[in-house]
Amino acid sequence: MSERLERGLETLRGEIDGKVKSFFSSCVRCGICAEACLFYTETNDPRYTPIYKTEPLRKLWQKEYSFWGKLSSALGISKPMTEADLADWEELVYDGCSMCGRCSMVCPVGVDISMVIFKVKHGLAKAGFSPEGLVGATQRAVDIGSPMGITMKAVMATIKHVEANTGLKVPLDVEGADYLALLSSNEIALYPEYIESITRIFDHAGVSWTLSSEAYEATNSGLQIGNKTIAGQLVQRVVDGAEKLKVKNVISPECGHAYTALRWEGPNFIGKPYPFRVVHILELLDELQAAGRLKTTGMEHQRLTFHDPCSIVRRGGVEAQPRNLLQPMAENFVEMTDHGSMNWCCGGGGGVSSNERAEKLKLTAFNKKKSQIDALNVDAVVTACSNCRMVMEEGVETNEMDIELLGLTEMIAAHLDERHAE
Amino acid sequence: MIEYLIDGPLWYLSLVVFCVGVVWQLGSIIFASRKTDLSVARDSASSGAVKTVFSRFLPHKEIAPRIRMQVAAGYMFHLGLFALLFFAAPHVLFLEQHLLGFGWTPMPHWAFIVSAQFAFLGLIMLWLRRMVNPVSRLISTFDDHVAAILTFIVMLTGCFALLEGSTALRLLHRFTVELWLIYFPFSALMHTFTFVPSRAFTGAWFGRRGIDA
Repeated sequence: MSERLERGLETLRGEIDGKVKSFFSSCVRCGICAEACLFYTETNDPRYTPIYKTEPLRKLWQKEYSFWGKLSSALGISKPMTEADLADWEELVYDGCSMCGRCSMVCPVGVDISMVIFKVKHGLAKAGFSPEGLVGATQRAVDIGSPMGITMKAVMATIKHVEANTGLKVPLDVEGADYLALLSSNEIALYPEYIESITRIFDHAGVSWTLSSEAYEATNSGLQIGNKTIAGQLVQRVVDGAEKLKVKNVISPECGHAYTALRWEGPNFIGKPYPFRVVHILELLDELQAAGRLKTTGMEHQRLTFHDPCSIVRRGGVEAQPRNLLQPMAENFVEMTDHGSMNWCCGGGGGVSSNERAEKLKLTAFNKKKSQIDALNVDAVVTACSNCRMVMEEGVETNEMDIELLGLTEMIAAHLDERHAE
Repeated sequence: MIEYLIDGPLWYLSLVVFCVGVVWQLGSIIFASRKTDLSVARDSASSGAVKTVFSRFLPHKEIAPRIRMQVAAGYMFHLGLFALLFFAAPHVLFLEQHLLGFGWTPMPHWAFIVSAQFAFLGLIMLWLRRMVNPVSRLISTFDDHVAAILTFIVMLTGCFALLEGSTALRLLHRFTVELWLIYFPFSALMHTFTFVPSRAFTGAWFGRRGIDA
């Protein structure tokens, strides 16, 4: 057995706990999960059936934990697992799964398939079966501090532009601030208007906040590639930065997987609870609006819908907040047919958008979102995840769709009622 | 001799294997190590667990139109089998005389016929789908087919035993039931019990995140 295979299998063995045992022993291979997966519905390729993507772990469970597997091994008639059992699944779990978790919502026996696929990714990543694009992004995140290679100098340049545009000071390394705001690489490189927007909103609402020169990056390539060790290292950087500045809260930006990594999985990755609260930017804005500290004025007259980012809504529980925030500004708001926790993914989550090899499949998967948008005949789609926005912008351009894509935080900043500024 | 074996030692052996096997398998799930989630919960994990155990009896409305046949066949088979198992007159009598010491009103003969038709039709529909549908065919295992075939044979011999009333057919049915009981804990048939912890684990996970699942 090769060293990489042994490493992969050992990692997978460590993932087989009571939950996994209950999942595999209750799965009846009904295939209903396929109907919830956009990679299946848009390709009709049965290999993209979510539960099929968990085969490496199921095979190991069957071989080493089930009665028949143990009996076969004892009789010496069991077929050993090979590198192909892992290598052949690399494309399925990295290119053909955005970790959107829709399959986990529909399984009749309650298998959290998305969670199991993440465990498979962990084994594959440890064995070195991961796409080049994600490996590179992860390496840059570890070495430079950002998957896109964005350094603090680039952040400083963006801050200068924001300060020039707003006439406001962007607080940096302010010890004792109430909130530490984190950013995603996309927001620094592609959508700096997000940074401008939070600067305006926090000034309007009188929020005590800061950026950190040591912990500015919220994205977590370790989570995307499935390497829990690296995911923990990247979370620890944020924890160290937050502890150094003694902040009470850390704000997860408009980025889906960053929220999962920071809010829900982070403490498990580093093995201890945080000494601060993690709040998504939408949760904070909703709290400020409810407290009367965030007032907007004017209405968006165009026909709008909201794209629910999977990691924030379905896997993160932030569903009511974006609707509460849109309500006072959007007079012509319509919901997609499947929305909220059953919304369809943009096709680029879970690291798919960082994986150049998956480009064609990602655009095929986007057809599901296209059909949802086309059915509504909207002028614009609002979202709260820079990755979703980037993927949808690409899909919109490719399909020559005549719609605008907007970030929710920016929309709020554009409607701030300055008469009520604190 | 065969009658003695099937009504005696093999029956008790199959019961012991079934009971010990089921308890062992459930124990290995419930008492297996699970890491404590260190993130701060937004809502109650236990209420999420309870809710999901029951909510998954019905398909999510967003997906229901795409899986009507599977849901209908699944309910026909499971409800039909449940009715036959616990309310067919010979079973009620058997449970009273050999296991429990008390009985209950069995279903009338017409209800037995309807239940049997539902169970057979549902199982055949599910099995055909497993063989024909590309997704089901790809993901199905040898065990899935054995479990379906064995269950079908048990139901078929049960009908024979009831209709003919002969000792040989009764023994044949009882023998297939014993094989089914022995196979049960080591097969996909265990989903009869393990769907509860599976749904509960997932429901707890969603529950603590404040997600309605």
